[in-house]
Amino acid sequence: MRDITMEQVEKIRQNIYETITSVTMTHEQKLTVMANHADSLMEVLDLPDGLDELLNVPIERKCICDLNEGHAPMRPRYIVPDYSVLMEKGCEFLKLDPPKDLMEALNTLLIFYKHVPSVTNYPVFIGNLDKLIDPFLDGVDDETAYKAIKMFMMHVDRTIVDSFCHADIGPQDSRAGLLIMRAEAELEDATPNLTMRYDPEITGDAFALAGVDCSLHSAKPSFANHKMFRSELGDDYAIASCYNGLLIGGGSYTLCRLLLNHIADRADSIEQFKTETLPYVLDIMARYMDARIKFIVEESNFFEYNFLAKEGFICKERFSAMYGLVGLAECVNTLFEKEGKEGRFGHDEEATNLGVEIMDIIDAFNRGHVNPYCQGTDGHFLLHAQVGLADDIRTSPGTRIPIGEEPSELIDHLRVLEKFHKYFPSGTGDIFPIDVTVHNNPEYVLDIIKGSFREGVRYLSFYRNDSDVIRVTGYLVKRSEMEKLDRGEAVLQNTTGLGLGASKNCKILERKVR
Amino acid sequence: MAVLALVNKIIPFSSVDGPGNRTAIFLQGCNFDCRYCHNPETIRLCLSCGACVEACPTGALGWSEKERQEERQVHHSDSSWQKEHRLLAGHVTYDISRCVLCDSCIRVCPHGSSPRIRLLTADQVMEAVRKQIPYIRGITVSGGECTRQRDFLVELFTLAKEEGLHCLLDSNGSHCFGEDTELMAVTDGVMLDIKAFDGGEHRLVTGHTNEMILENACFLASEGKLPEVRTVVVPGLFDYRDTVERTAQLLRPYLKRGPVRYKLIRYRPMGVRSEYAGYATPSMEIMEELRDMVCAMGFEAVIA
Repeated sequence: MRDITMEQVEKIRQNIYETITSVTMTHEQKLTVMANHADSLMEVLDLPDGLDELLNVPIERKCICDLNEGHAPMRPRYIVPDYSVLMEKGCEFLKLDPPKDLMEALNTLLIFYKHVPSVTNYPVFIGNLDKLIDPFLDGVDDETAYKAIKMFMMHVDRTIVDSFCHADIGPQDSRAGLLIMRAEAELEDATPNLTMRYDPEITGDAFALAGVDCSLHSAKPSFANHKMFRSELGDDYAIASCYNGLLIGGGSYTLCRLLLNHIADRADSIEQFKTETLPYVLDIMARYMDARIKFIVEESNFFEYNFLAKEGFICKERFSAMYGLVGLAECVNTLFEKEGKEGRFGHDEEATNLGVEIMDIIDAFNRGHVNPYCQGTDGHFLLHAQVGLADDIRTSPGTRIPIGEEPSELIDHLRVLEKFHKYFPSGTGDIFPIDVTVHNNPEYVLDIIKGSFREGVRYLSFYRNDSDVIRVTGYLVKRSEMEKLDRGEAVLQNTTGLGLGASKNCKILERKVR
Repeated sequence: MAVLALVNKIIPFSSVDGPGNRTAIFLQGCNFDCRYCHNPETIRLCLSCGACVEACPTGALGWSEKERQEERQVHHSDSSWQKEHRLLAGHVTYDISRCVLCDSCIRVCPHGSSPRIRLLTADQVMEAVRKQIPYIRGITVSGGECTRQRDFLVELFTLAKEEGLHCLLDSNGSHCFGEDTELMAVTDGVMLDIKAFDGGEHRLVTGHTNEMILENACFLASEGKLPEVRTVVVPGLFDYRDTVERTAQLLRPYLKRGPVRYKLIRYRPMGVRSEYAGYATPSMEIMEELRDMVCAMGFEAVIA
């Protein structure tokens, strides 16, 4: 363990004081932030040379960001338990027998969720819910089942107060899936986030249309290209947190991200960026992630003491890590400006193709970098188009076209994102607010999903332009709750604050309505 | 030589011109003159008087001294256009890439028309449609009144069918579909406006009689090619309750041949010529009452 200076200690004490006296945080939010303050006193990671000036600098110069994972990670960032184990065997540590009926199943899940950690201290994945619940619906009439499921979903929203919590349904049609969507359309809550794993060859149109209809009420589910995810991650994958494709029974140790726009600022030319500036940063971030993972696996003892690992809900061999990036659009535009070129990312073919070239460089680097603990994914990280942070300024999420610069026709917008979704097995996505008139024609949205999945798009989200629940960048918030927080009142969900920041810095309320 | 069509506009993705996502193609020119028409500039054809050229702020409109040969070959039967068209030596040109859709030209047009018209072959229109494949399930040709250019429709739909696209027309029903087997062979359905059931009222609303329209409604419904009928509800202009009820009664016997959706459209003054913009928008109560009435008669009904 390395020393830190008294100035650093003083700064952290000041941060602690501010947290204690804050009037806009709930008690639980304060506890989470206090733990982060404690962690920031630690210096235990074996950091690569050169990292400091890329990581620990003001946001406008930062090239690598570790998304506040802290200095001494005591658990993997994202944990994706195999809930089928819970249904089959129960849980010894939590003294839960395998459930025998619907009420027991829902109660068992709710208890278990309270003990699934993550970077947010709340579970980021709560199961392929329809598959977990459906076997218990035999002999239960629709209204009874509906009421139980609705109360279950409400319980999740009010106790898992962080909308990075994600549930999945599909690709098979199911009664439980329909009931979940009916409840979510009615509740209009931010949590859990919901994804329909969709494959037109497996999923029926009626089930998919119920999903579209639900998304026009509550901004969820999003639609994941099941065929694509399955080809990369196998059958047992989950969509967790925002839209992260991860292995069930595993998860992701860490997620760091490249701020490509700021890396571009350091280059003099496109050529220099491609051959020197970018490869230099790619290497340092990979080695930083290696150091974080090494600490979690070899020193934190998480896999030795935690019941999830001991009872087989997770195992090290199913873990990977997410190699993230943001700001591709601004990166390309910056490089074009440096060379006096006119085109913009997402509009000019040459500019968009430079984006593709940059992604090919990052993809090739990742395929060449080996981490011994990412056994779940053949020793490689998974690329991830990160959704951004509330304090990102002029940095678009992942490979998205900046808000305000979207092509006027949706087809031209889709033709751009077709080129980029393939790179990101651990998640990317695009979001479209939809005009209310589509309520009369949900097939319109389904046709777009079907077409885009054929063209290699991975993940799409829709919401009604006047909806209370909206998708910020990957997670959901309620507009009404953001307004409350903006007035200085404490709100239940941790993510409301992130949404409020994003609405001010990232123009998320100004997306082009389709 | 390929048939040319007067194309007003192509919307790549449309959610309101039939089921699913469709590319909608709007043709210029209509034989009706509905009082509540919300895009009246699509009714009459451009006479190339040139009044709009100076009004265009971006230079999208220009003037060519050449006589436009193709224009004479456009196959349509608008005798008024032929009569009025002075066949000037020159004509107005339109560069869509410079157009910002500010509508200045439409505001200054002394004929209430639009110069933003392109003369396109079915091949050229299909080229624009193919960009949306596989995101669309079909195409819809609307207007204006698209059947005024039926030869073009036959060519376009023949090409669209080769791509597996579902082909719909959006029509005022003045064209006799029952006798046009060539067109019907490539048309999957016609979405039909029933603007008034009573003949006198129909003449008041549109300037035309409606016997052919009602005949078409029955013919198309019996063929299972009437996916949708629409009525624009305008209180004070005609007896909308009578029209909706009698239309539903007329079509009810055919529902077993295929579902017919009844779209009930609330009149809104947006885009309507000022002399006709004084009608009131019907209340939601009125719309819901009509919807419930046609639902009870076995139709799927939507309010738009």
